[in-house]
Amino acid sequence: MNHVKKEIVAMLLAGGQGSRLYALTQDMAKPAVPYGGKYRIIDFPLSNCINSGIDTVGVLTQYQPLVLSEYIGNGQPWDLNRTHGGVHVLPPYETASGKSWYAGTANAIYQNMSFVDRYNPEYVAILSGDHIYKMDYSEMLDFHKKHNADATIAVLEVPLEEASRFGIMSVDENDVITEFAEKPKEPKSNLASMGVYIFSWKVLKQYLVANEKDENATKDFGKNIIPDMLADKCKMVAYHFSHYWKDVGTIDSLWEANMDCLDPNVPLNLYDNNWKIYSRNPVMPPHYAGPNSKIENSMVAEGCNIYGTVDFSILFSGVTVEEGAVVRDSIIMPNTVIKKDAVIEYSIVGEDCIIGEGSHIGERPETTIDKDKWGIAVVGHKVNISDNVEVKAKAMISESV
Amino acid sequence: MANMSNVLGLIFANMHDSTISDLTKLRTMGSVPFGARYRLIDFTLSNMVNSGINTIGVITKANYQSLIDHIGSGAEWDLSRKTGGLHILPPYGHINGGLYRGRLEALAGVLDFIRHNDAEYVLISDTDVIANIDLKKVLENHERTDADITVIYAKTVCDAERARTKTILSVNDTGKVYDVLVRPEISGEHNVSLNMFLMKKEFLQKLIIDKAGKNLYSFEVDVLQHMLGELNIYGYKFDGYNAQIDCIKTYFAANMELMNPHVRKELFIGDSPIYTKVRDEAPAKYGLDSECKNSIVADGCIIEGKVENSVLFRGVKIGKNAVVKNCILMQDTVVGEKCEMNYVITDKDVMIGNYRSIGGTETYPIFVGKGASV
Repeated sequence: MNHVKKEIVAMLLAGGQGSRLYALTQDMAKPAVPYGGKYRIIDFPLSNCINSGIDTVGVLTQYQPLVLSEYIGNGQPWDLNRTHGGVHVLPPYETASGKSWYAGTANAIYQNMSFVDRYNPEYVAILSGDHIYKMDYSEMLDFHKKHNADATIAVLEVPLEEASRFGIMSVDENDVITEFAEKPKEPKSNLASMGVYIFSWKVLKQYLVANEKDENATKDFGKNIIPDMLADKCKMVAYHFSHYWKDVGTIDSLWEANMDCLDPNVPLNLYDNNWKIYSRNPVMPPHYAGPNSKIENSMVAEGCNIYGTVDFSILFSGVTVEEGAVVRDSIIMPNTVIKKDAVIEYSIVGEDCIIGEGSHIGERPETTIDKDKWGIAVVGHKVNISDNVEVKAKAMISESV
Repeated sequence: MANMSNVLGLIFANMHDSTISDLTKLRTMGSVPFGARYRLIDFTLSNMVNSGINTIGVITKANYQSLIDHIGSGAEWDLSRKTGGLHILPPYGHINGGLYRGRLEALAGVLDFIRHNDAEYVLISDTDVIANIDLKKVLENHERTDADITVIYAKTVCDAERARTKTILSVNDTGKVYDVLVRPEISGEHNVSLNMFLMKKEFLQKLIIDKAGKNLYSFEVDVLQHMLGELNIYGYKFDGYNAQIDCIKTYFAANMELMNPHVRKELFIGDSPIYTKVRDEAPAKYGLDSECKNSIVADGCIIEGKVENSVLFRGVKIGKNAVVKNCILMQDTVVGEKCEMNYVITDKDVMIGNYRSIGGTETYPIFVGKGASV
């Protein structure tokens, strides 16, 4: 098949295990983790791509790819089912030389260079499938072109005390990157890399090939490619991003990022028709609020049946909250049933769970006796909790009790 | 075994337009919004698709732009196919000139479409019935009884007014139809036709040509009634939940019946879901001090006031301290702060300004037309 040339191809790194999400990523990769009542995290970069006019996207999967691959399917929900281009799931594969697993982010792109080459692009966007943000990559590409750069890295100002968690950039007055340090102990700047890069493909290719030959390299963008290019005086510029961006790598940050949807002061508007976040929509009827239901400050998706109380919570599609049950400050993922008189507080409950009658999951920070041990309680996917079970704050339940 | 891929589905999108004229002024009966996120045609289409029919023609007459917009390529019903799939059949001018007067003339207009399809059976259906029907069972019944025509019906209680819009069947123990009343002057519980008919394709083609030659156009009168003696006409009784929309009162009542968990259970079946156009809205959002009781709410709604016994379509916004009771608010209706609304139906894109008070009654809900500002 002949391939129509594309100006830019996006490569989306979606193989992350998200090990700090424990029970929630036991059988799905982090980009597949449900977010915001109807989305999966990967909906954000995928929607950003199509909204930015990028119609050719490779999704690199590795860890637990089943849920993710099925979810992406032919890409139709994001308008990425195309004759030329579209979305393609790219799992690791075996070659004549026997190589297989993706050894690092750079190696993952290296192993798929032939995919990118089929579209003969000028530029490649390297994106992470782990972040919640709305960003116009076409503006970033304009910036990249205007600076005649070899690489453009999107950066975000973070509080200096948190800077050591990120890849930190120092820039001159023209936003040209002068220094890069991956998770520095003593950060020299507060400009953090968002894990969003645009490279001129010809240049990146050389570095991918060279990095692959270096047996000591970790084959990672942050640890190898960026420092290598910087050392060779490639032109690298920082693209400033000042809108909402959240890494949902931990239970606390996942909980917070979800709660951000409810906060009118948080600038993440999911109701903006000019920058829709697309997702695979479940085929379910509208939600039903029962005669004695109390719902406040919450997001409720389709297919829910609510007879109890829901406050400061996010309910994904198909959730049932029975009479007398209370859900507060919690996230309930798709198709979970909260039985009569159960109480869920400060918790994340996974998909397809049943929480038995009168059970109590999680605790409020103000009523916890040992405040140091307080945290969000998590019930993993497909877990059944029997009647009248108590699950403490910060507990991590991955098997039925 | 009944092979449903052998059945061609034909849907009359405009039939019964006049029964709810407020709602069909700008659209077909098939594209009348229903149940917070659906259009009436979604039920017929989904029933056909869930039963295994994969070639469907939608016969239109007038006002069908909203219908085309809704159905698109048919992808949401899995009908964007290489083989078969969805076909919108705009009205053809025909020998007599003008638009069709009844089902038979409408079918005559699409005779070529029917001829060129290699299905063995044709299922023709209107869009005025809300139900989740397994049509496979209808074909099985049709083959078992060796019927010429199978009419799907339901036992329904009708007052005199409703009965005047119905076709009523008398059926014996074996299911054979022995009497047909068209728009009769009666009331009480009767076998009411759901306006869905199954027959062999060849048989239907002959009927169409034969009746067109005699300038006959009514399927109920000229076929069901007048040919009852010479044909094997059987009824298939549908026992599940069904709502027949024949006036604004029944439209309102059918929407309100969705609050009943038993109705939702019979209508929204996990393995045979009701498909509709996807709008990619965020989930519904409830604000501080909002209240919502006994209501059906779609994605994209933002509720900051109080809502009771109401149906809210996608993208409806209820302002702070507004009170909405017994209402059907269609897509993107905006209700201002401190409004009071009781028994109101708003069409799409209606704006109700702050502090307004609008009220109708259960039998005469107030209707606010598309795009109006109050």
